[in-house]
Amino acid sequence: MIDKRIDSLTAAVADVFDGATIMIGGFGEAGSPIELIHALIDVRAKDLTVINNNTGSGHVGLAALIENGQVSKMICSYPRTLGSKVFPKLYRNGKIELELVPQGTLAERIRAGGAGIPAFFTATSVDTPLAAGKEHRHFNGRNHVMEYGLKADFALIKCKCADRYGNLTYNKTARNFAPIMAMAATKTIVQTGTLVEVDTIDPEIVVTPGIFVDRVIAISDPVQESKLIAEGMSYPC
Amino acid sequence: MLTSNNLQLGWRREEMAKRTALDIPDGSYVNLGIGIPEMVAQYVPEGREVIYHTENGLLGMGPAPTSENSDPDLINAGKKAVTAIPGACFFHHADSFAMIRGHHIDICVLGAMQVSKQGDLANWSTGEPDDIPAVGGAMDLVAGIKTIYVITQHCTKTGDPKLLEFCSYPLTGKAVVSRIYTNLAVIDVTSGGFKIVELAPGISFDYVQERTGSKLLIDHQYND
Repeated sequence: MIDKRIDSLTAAVADVFDGATIMIGGFGEAGSPIELIHALIDVRAKDLTVINNNTGSGHVGLAALIENGQVSKMICSYPRTLGSKVFPKLYRNGKIELELVPQGTLAERIRAGGAGIPAFFTATSVDTPLAAGKEHRHFNGRNHVMEYGLKADFALIKCKCADRYGNLTYNKTARNFAPIMAMAATKTIVQTGTLVEVDTIDPEIVVTPGIFVDRVIAISDPVQESKLIAEGMSYPC
Repeated sequence: MLTSNNLQLGWRREEMAKRTALDIPDGSYVNLGIGIPEMVAQYVPEGREVIYHTENGLLGMGPAPTSENSDPDLINAGKKAVTAIPGACFFHHADSFAMIRGHHIDICVLGAMQVSKQGDLANWSTGEPDDIPAVGGAMDLVAGIKTIYVITQHCTKTGDPKLLEFCSYPLTGKAVVSRIYTNLAVIDVTSGGFKIVELAPGISFDYVQERTGSKLLIDHQYND
C-alpha cells in the first residue's frame, strides 16, 4: 500500500541532516510552508543551503530559520523584500552566503533539475554582472549563458488539497515554485490544507502528480505569516 | 521665485502612466513592473482588451481587492493583494517564465535607475558595497520581452540625469529599452540615440536637454 500521510510535523522533517540543501516553496508569504519551517527550527538541522525566491520577513518562517543560525547559504532572486531584516544584517556582516539568481533562471534551474536536465542556455543575464565567469554560446545569432539545473535533498512545500498518493492541487498564486521544487528534491515534504480520499481529486486537475511527493501532513488551519508579523511574533518564542 | 506650480513641472505620476497606456494596443499581453508601471492598467483606453501577466503565476490580473475579498494567496510580483479577472488562470513559476523567455508576452513596462542612449537598462543594483543585490525577474523580463517601455522620473531625487551616454550602475540588460516615458517627455531609443517624441505641456526641448546626459534628437533633426 502506498500511504504518504504522516501525522507529526517533527517526524516529517526529522531526517533533515546538517549540510542539507533544502528548497522551500513560497513567494513572500503566499505558499510559504510556515509550519514545516518551524518544525525544521525545532529539529535544529544546521549549515543548510536554502533555495527560495526571498529570505523571509519579520522573525517567523524562513526569516526565523535564518535568524536561528541554521542557514549558511541562500540561493534566491530577491533577498530584500519589504519587512526583510534578518538576512540583510547577516549578509552585511559576512555571516551568510548569497547566490543571486534571476527569478526565471531560478525557476528554470529548478525545473531542469527535476526533469533530469543538467544544464541549459538562456539569454537572461547576458551582458550583466550575473553572467560573469559563466560559459557563453551563440544560438540563432544571440548570446546565451549556461546555467546548471538545481536539485535538493529536501523540498518543503504547501498545497491546498492532497491525497495519500501525494497528488496535489494549490490555491491561486500560492502555487508559485512548489510544483517544480517537488520535482527537484530527493524527499518532498508537503503540508496540505485538506487531505482527501484517493479518487476525490479529479485526475484532470492534479497539478503535482503524486510520484513527486514523499510525505504529506495535514495542517488544516495554517498560520498566516503577515498576521504573525503584525502581532510582533517571533519563532521560537 | 519658484511657485508650487513650477515645482510640479511636467507630467505627474498618473499622467505618465496614462500617457504610457495610450501605447498599449488592444489584445496585448502585458507585464507591469512595481511602482508607477502598476498604475498603467487603470488608464488603458475604453474598448481595448488587455491581459495582465504577473510573473508569480497569474495571467488575467485584475485591480486591487476590497478588504473583504482580499486573499493572501492572491498577490502580484510586488507582493500586493490583487484580484483575478473572469477567464484568468494560474500556473507555476517555470511556466510563468516560459511565457516571458519564450517571447509570448508582448509588452513590459518597468521602472529604471538609469537608461543609456543604446537602450541599456540599469534598475536592480547600485553596485555599492553595502547594497543588498536583488534582481527578481527584471533580467528575465528584458531578455524575453520584445517591447520594453520604461516609466521614470527624468532625473534622480538629487537632480542627476537618469538618461545617459552609458549606465554607471550594473546592467539589467543591454540594448533592451524601446521607449521612455518621463515626467518631461516621451523619448524613443533609436540607432542615433535618444529621440524626443513628445514634450510634456509647458516643457521645452532645451529644458529636457539640460537634464539629459546624452544629446537629444527631435523628429525633424533625425532621419531614421
